[in-house]
Amino acid sequence: MTLMEPHTARAAESQKSETRYKKPSLWKQALRHLLRNKLAVSGFIVVAFMFLACFIGPLFSPYADNKINMSIMNKPPSWQHWLGTDKLGRDVLTRVLQAGRISLTVGLASMALSVFLGTLLGALAGYYRGIVDQIIMRIADLLLTIPGLPLLFISGALLSEWKVPTDYRMYIVMLMLSLVNWPGLARMIRGQLLSLREQEFMHAAVVLGLRDRRKLLHHLLPNLVPLIIVMATLNIGGAILSESVLSFFGLGVMPPTPTWGNMIDAANNMIDFQQRPWLWIPPGLSIFATVIAINLFGDGLRDVLDPKLKR
Amino acid sequence: MSALLKIEGLSTHFITEEGRIKAVDEVSLRILQGETVCIVGESGCGKSVTAMSVMGLLQGGLGVAIDGRITFQDTDLLSLNKAEIRAIRGHEIAMIFQEPMSSLNPVLTIGEQLIEPMMEHLKLNKKVARERATALIEQVGISRSKQIMNSYPHELSGGMLQRIMIAMAISCGPKLLIADEPTTALDVTIQAQILDMLRQIKEESGMAILLITHDLGVVAEMADYVVVMYAGKIVEEGEVTKLFEDPKHPYTQGLLRSKPVLGQRQEELFSIPGQVPNLLELQPYCYFHDRCEHCMAICRTQEPELGVVGHQQKAACWLYGEVAHHG
Repeated sequence: MTLMEPHTARAAESQKSETRYKKPSLWKQALRHLLRNKLAVSGFIVVAFMFLACFIGPLFSPYADNKINMSIMNKPPSWQHWLGTDKLGRDVLTRVLQAGRISLTVGLASMALSVFLGTLLGALAGYYRGIVDQIIMRIADLLLTIPGLPLLFISGALLSEWKVPTDYRMYIVMLMLSLVNWPGLARMIRGQLLSLREQEFMHAAVVLGLRDRRKLLHHLLPNLVPLIIVMATLNIGGAILSESVLSFFGLGVMPPTPTWGNMIDAANNMIDFQQRPWLWIPPGLSIFATVIAINLFGDGLRDVLDPKLKR
Repeated sequence: MSALLKIEGLSTHFITEEGRIKAVDEVSLRILQGETVCIVGESGCGKSVTAMSVMGLLQGGLGVAIDGRITFQDTDLLSLNKAEIRAIRGHEIAMIFQEPMSSLNPVLTIGEQLIEPMMEHLKLNKKVARERATALIEQVGISRSKQIMNSYPHELSGGMLQRIMIAMAISCGPKLLIADEPTTALDVTIQAQILDMLRQIKEESGMAILLITHDLGVVAEMADYVVVMYAGKIVEEGEVTKLFEDPKHPYTQGLLRSKPVLGQRQEELFSIPGQVPNLLELQPYCYFHDRCEHCMAICRTQEPELGVVGHQQKAACWLYGEVAHHG
């Protein structure tokens, strides 16, 4: 009996370890590698901090109503107003955070839309080839030949010309940004798809008699997910930057809706630029930190997820 | 017995900038119900292209010209539209490939891929399909089927993956299984197991197999009927025992002589001299003449036709020229 014991105990042990055995999935492996990349982790922390601060921060601010108070206009940072006040007596810190909400939302939304457009059109072009490919890619080429910024400027100017209500401008700016951004994405997706569709497992899928939709959505798209995640991440940074540029020139989101871009507009005024740096340094730094952090994080993601760049 | 698959005068040509490549030229063969037909030949002789033509994998490709008739159960496969051919693929005719490692989608689990054809063709719901898939995995000789269902392809060995491919191919009860060198990428012990399993499944289900291989050992083990191809043409065909006992065409004779024999220590293994002709430069002569030890004057000027020689055996060779004309 006592002799049997260690044996049965071991059997039980091995059985237990088999049930407890969890496969190290691709995602977990990727996460482990990502955590080892210090720059990417710090990038993520900064981005997360920005998001939290912008979306939750204003709730705790006593100045969230943006009341105009001429008696405290253009005051330097103090204990009441940590980053001072602007020319209408509004709290700069609160406004930077509220602007962050808009800027980050615009970045996220336009990224989502351009990733959706780019993936859809790129996948269709790469999968069906022929005439579909020709049409989609020629449109993409056309959009790519026109430099993005001038295109945005012109459309921004048109918006002002047509007197589009300022409330809607934010959404139109999102649309504009995604319209400029999707061609690059579509190209990447199409290229990947062209190489994937010639893989043996796609021949196998054809031989199994699967439908096009199933082949495209269930077999090809999951293979593209890492690429899409990386592109999407890097895209947010670009979108935030473009929005800021537009708003800085007064062609994007209009005041009184604050965005980081139209807040730096203060630097256009010589006196503000030289004597009231609390007006333009905080939004500038926010853009800088957010975009750099997103790019670092996206770069780290790419190192981990892109099989072509394997360590 | 009626023919399950009948290929008549199939020509698959690739039109390239350098010219027309006759990958498969005027090939005719038929497969009876429950029969195993092997296509043998060296690399580049058109074995795989024949199989791919049957599956319709080449149609609509750039510069592909397919001619002839492929009749499967009284339907002409070449005249079907996309949806009709899709309903046959994976359902009535299934195919397994040479490289099991790359034939499964790396990002989907075995289970997800295994249930797909059943959901598509047999209209099973997910739950039933999963149950059937688990049973199929056990049928192809893999234990721990539940665990395998949730595994990814990279976690399994080549032999296991080929079993999975076979499970997937037989999942909808096909009448014909096309196996394109199914054991080439596997090591010898696994090869034997896979072939045994294929034979067993065939006996149970009564499906026919079109086996493509360059391995004469596999042919001897599996085939009922053998077709020998050379440079896109059939040079000899016949019942397996007859063909191995009494090969007629010098190429088949050469192939059989190049096999190592167990227990005999030869200084050097026999090999057929020369190389397969360039498919771009084919002229109307016997494609094998420059490698043939019986080459005659007529071989250089005229193309031999496939004719009956001996008992239920056909060969395309001028050595049997007289017989061929009467056959």
